[in-house]
Amino acid sequence: MLKTDGLIKRYGTLTAVDGVSFSATAGEVLGFLGPNGAGKSTTMRMIAGFVTPTAGTASICGHDIQSDPIAAKRQLGYLPEGAPGYGEMTVEGFLRFVADLRGLTRERRVARLRDVTARLQLADVAGQTLDTLSKGFRRRVGLAQSILHDPPVLILDEPTDGLDPNQKHEVRALIAEMARNKLVVISTHILEEVDAVCTRAIIIARGRIVADETPQGLAAQSRYHRAISLRLQDSADTERVRSALATLPGVSTIEASADDGRITVFPVRDQELAPVVNRALEQMGLRLRSLAIEAGRLDDVFRRITT
Amino acid sequence: MNHIRSIFRRELASYFGTPLAYVFVLIFLVAASAMAFQLGRLFERGQADLQPFFTFHPWLYLLLVPAVAMRLWAEERRSGTIELLLTQPITLWQAVMGKFLAAWAFIGIALALTFPIWITIDYLGDPDNGAIAAAYFGSFLMAGGFLAVGSCMSALTRNQVVAFVLAVAMCLVLLLIGYPAVLDAVSGWAPRLLTDTLASLSFYTHFESLQKGVIDLRDVLFYLLLSGFFLSATCVVLDARRGDV
Repeated sequence: MLKTDGLIKRYGTLTAVDGVSFSATAGEVLGFLGPNGAGKSTTMRMIAGFVTPTAGTASICGHDIQSDPIAAKRQLGYLPEGAPGYGEMTVEGFLRFVADLRGLTRERRVARLRDVTARLQLADVAGQTLDTLSKGFRRRVGLAQSILHDPPVLILDEPTDGLDPNQKHEVRALIAEMARNKLVVISTHILEEVDAVCTRAIIIARGRIVADETPQGLAAQSRYHRAISLRLQDSADTERVRSALATLPGVSTIEASADDGRITVFPVRDQELAPVVNRALEQMGLRLRSLAIEAGRLDDVFRRITT
Repeated sequence: MNHIRSIFRRELASYFGTPLAYVFVLIFLVAASAMAFQLGRLFERGQADLQPFFTFHPWLYLLLVPAVAMRLWAEERRSGTIELLLTQPITLWQAVMGKFLAAWAFIGIALALTFPIWITIDYLGDPDNGAIAAAYFGSFLMAGGFLAVGSCMSALTRNQVVAFVLAVAMCLVLLLIGYPAVLDAVSGWAPRLLTDTLASLSFYTHFESLQKGVIDLRDVLFYLLLSGFFLSATCVVLDARRGDV
């Protein structure tokens, strides 16, 4: 459905995007991750037909963005970074304008406007101008604009930026629902978002793809993957526990946090630690406040591969 | 065609969505009348025509048309809406035309609102109304030329003030190269071909007969071609600067 082939964008001597190739199909929620300035937005802009690639190309539902841009854009819903809109227009007027450009027939427009307005809870502000809206509402108007024509491919540049936690939750639910029969590509630098909605994560750094994995697969690369974190009832026992656990087979290192007394036991690569640690603690007769097996931390992986 | 109409409608409505439009129309009317009556002595010269009114239009447009044109693309770039517009399934040409036609219609509205002057002259004397209608047409055509230049300058920058200054400078050149004083200065050393070429590229030269109500196909073609050229240039500039937001 979406295929990019060696996308490159140079600005003078600066290479913003340096050979990005991937393909994705309906049902996926593809998360674009990367530090600021890594080339996420530029890549999305090239796919959306706003920025012309220096080299390489992309195609949307089989339509090449360079040789057949109009057909490609028809298949695409796009939310630009910062959700721009015409400030002096009302929400309704703005959405009607986009519906016109999208070539929606009158009946379809009425039906879609009703549907989208309800989904994004815009009914109350339909008559307000965009300039008077809060950041959260503006973002939702931008989202409404992008899904108005019910496109098979959606590209959303930071769709939840500036939303409060409730709104974030709603937008993520909307994305998950739409992904049932569409391809959704979102960019974000919020890692919890990847966990929450994405089925696949592509990490970009310095214009190149440095990881292309499921969120679980990424987390598994973390040194926290399968680590055991525990807290003791009595923190005075920390040192004793530490030295006891260090001798166990399969344990590589142990870290104890001075702040909250949390002890983290890191395994030698992919070792199952829970049974041995549990047994050792039982033998020592210690009481635990909590014990958890960690899946791995995305921020840890993110930092390691982007710096 | 539908896309041009959608953009046209949105743009035109957006002019009247801000106080700017009303301020502009007011200034336009005051300036147009002041020039006609004070500088042109419309009444005192005792002739029933509107020539003193039309003769100052190039100068009126020199400042006022760039003021309308400056926001065409610079504002889209500044606010980021250009990204929204150019990722819709429309061609650059449709976007450029839609916006241009809206601004042109807006100036047309301002021009049409000078009708009381015409009515006054018609009431006081017996003017050649056909010639006046033709001169209105010519003036509107010339406004389109100024506007196309302004559209191109606006596409070059995200700063409206820069767009305004560039457009005024460009229009001033296109206006002055037809003035006898300038042509005389040039003809002293330049070959005749150059002088003629300069004169034939000027707004002034091609407005001389139009303002008298004489519609010469060559003048009409000049303004249409000039507008077409600068609108195409607008497309080229926008395409080349697509990603620079």
